[in-house]
Amino acid sequence: MYSEKVMDHFSNPRNVGEIEGASGVGTVGNAKCGDIMRIYLDIDENQIIRDCKFKTFGCGAAVATSSMATELVKGKSVQEAMEVTNKAVMEALDGLPPVKVHCSLLAEEAIHAALWDYAQKNGITIEGLQKPKSDIHEGEEDGEEY
Amino acid sequence: MIYLDNAATTKTAPEVVEAMLPYFTELYGNPSSIYDLAAGSKKAITAGREIIANAIGADINEIYFTAGGSEADNWALVATAEAYAEKGKHIITSKIEHHAILHTCEYLAKRGYEITYLNVDESGVVRLDELEKAIRDDTILISIMFANNEIGTIQPIKEIGEIAKKHGILFHTDAVQAFGQLPINVDEFHIDMMSASGHKLNGPKGIGFCYIRKGLKIRSFIHGGAQERSRRAGTENVPGIVGFGKAVERALSMMTEKARREMELRDYLIDRMLTEIPYTRLNGGRTNRLPNNANFSFEFIEGESLLIMLDMEGICGSSGSACTSGSLDPSHVLLAIGLRHEIAHGSLRLTLSEENTKEEMDIVVDKVKAIVEKLRNMSPLYEDFVKKAGKEI
Repeated sequence: MYSEKVMDHFSNPRNVGEIEGASGVGTVGNAKCGDIMRIYLDIDENQIIRDCKFKTFGCGAAVATSSMATELVKGKSVQEAMEVTNKAVMEALDGLPPVKVHCSLLAEEAIHAALWDYAQKNGITIEGLQKPKSDIHEGEEDGEEY
Repeated sequence: MIYLDNAATTKTAPEVVEAMLPYFTELYGNPSSIYDLAAGSKKAITAGREIIANAIGADINEIYFTAGGSEADNWALVATAEAYAEKGKHIITSKIEHHAILHTCEYLAKRGYEITYLNVDESGVVRLDELEKAIRDDTILISIMFANNEIGTIQPIKEIGEIAKKHGILFHTDAVQAFGQLPINVDEFHIDMMSASGHKLNGPKGIGFCYIRKGLKIRSFIHGGAQERSRRAGTENVPGIVGFGKAVERALSMMTEKARREMELRDYLIDRMLTEIPYTRLNGGRTNRLPNNANFSFEFIEGESLLIMLDMEGICGSSGSACTSGSLDPSHVLLAIGLRHEIAHGSLRLTLSEENTKEEMDIVVDKVKAIVEKLRNMSPLYEDFVKKAGKEI
């Protein structure tokens, strides 16, 4: 059902973990649908993404797309990171089954959420970046009705 | 490979295959034909029917072969609804039925029937007080599964049958998971219709039956020839029926010993999982469950990831998880017993056979333990949980 690349990124996910004092953190998705992704970005003063880590609750595709997304944004400028779309993630993974396409969308949103957090903290604007829809702010999960 | 998905399907027993083979290659006659070759086929299906009728205390004329459990479920519901529409259009079922029942009910609901879906308690047992209250003058059918396919909960079938009988309402049970594992007697349990399938008890796929009590006005579902007393057209699946009969014979002869063996392993598996893996729950009752069924929820992780990783280790299990079915909703059964969505997503069903061993259970627990730990370390839900717990301390 999954491509070899998806299986590779699922069984050996790259960049799993947290970044202490990250420049930006974004969490998207919801437990109801069974997917939650959190992306940590470490961004230097030249707006280059030095490091990127993730944590994901979700299916094989969700883990693989998170892993690939972190690989794709690492070393890029924040503006370049905006080009890491769900399509780019999917292509890099040699495709996803149709029912799993939403996972790649979630990966894109997770990056945008982390960039949004970074932009908010530093009072800057990143061209083309809007507040992600499924962004989960800290503490919000507790109030949510499952 | 360690196969622990016997609720999905079972290995066809070698003696079953052997019994079937001649009906492909030598005794291939159409039972409806007139020549001598056909007589052998006809005899074979009668023998199969007899074994099955005897197994549930039914008459030979009350067993109707179908292409499987789903067809039998569809038939029982749709045909009853049509035949008894003048009496009423209300049907009672439960929230934890198989989709063959639930989707057929939805189909009927779109055609003017009213369906009541009974709640179940936290272990998955249908609430009998709710059943009594749900009965109306226009109720024509109660359909409650014998045992649940996901969490293995065994329903109080005899009590439900008695309630149905008291009110003069037909009672159908989907016994696909129970048949062959539990003793069933249609008279003792007041069952009017019952669905079962061959491949769940080491028989072949593509064969099932619907028991229909004599005197019911259930009409044909598949129209055509006069097979199955004109109630189910289509040339009989002779090898399938022969294999089904053999499988039932086999299942009956070993039922007690098989159940004892599986329960011992099942309980060992459950005990180890619950004691060794934190934040794990057993879904369904501790004892009131099918002998071969164990169903766990591991908090903070998602079921499909767990299944793929188990598959990499050569372990076949299943999950009520959304992703396996291609839908985004977690198991309706786990939600019905009150699990929160994110916990319902992290479930694992392991269903044993008599061939499994204690060593296999040990391997499975060790692997599950390691995988759950790996997935939790990757899970933002677990991260939040640990941080929150840290704050509280």
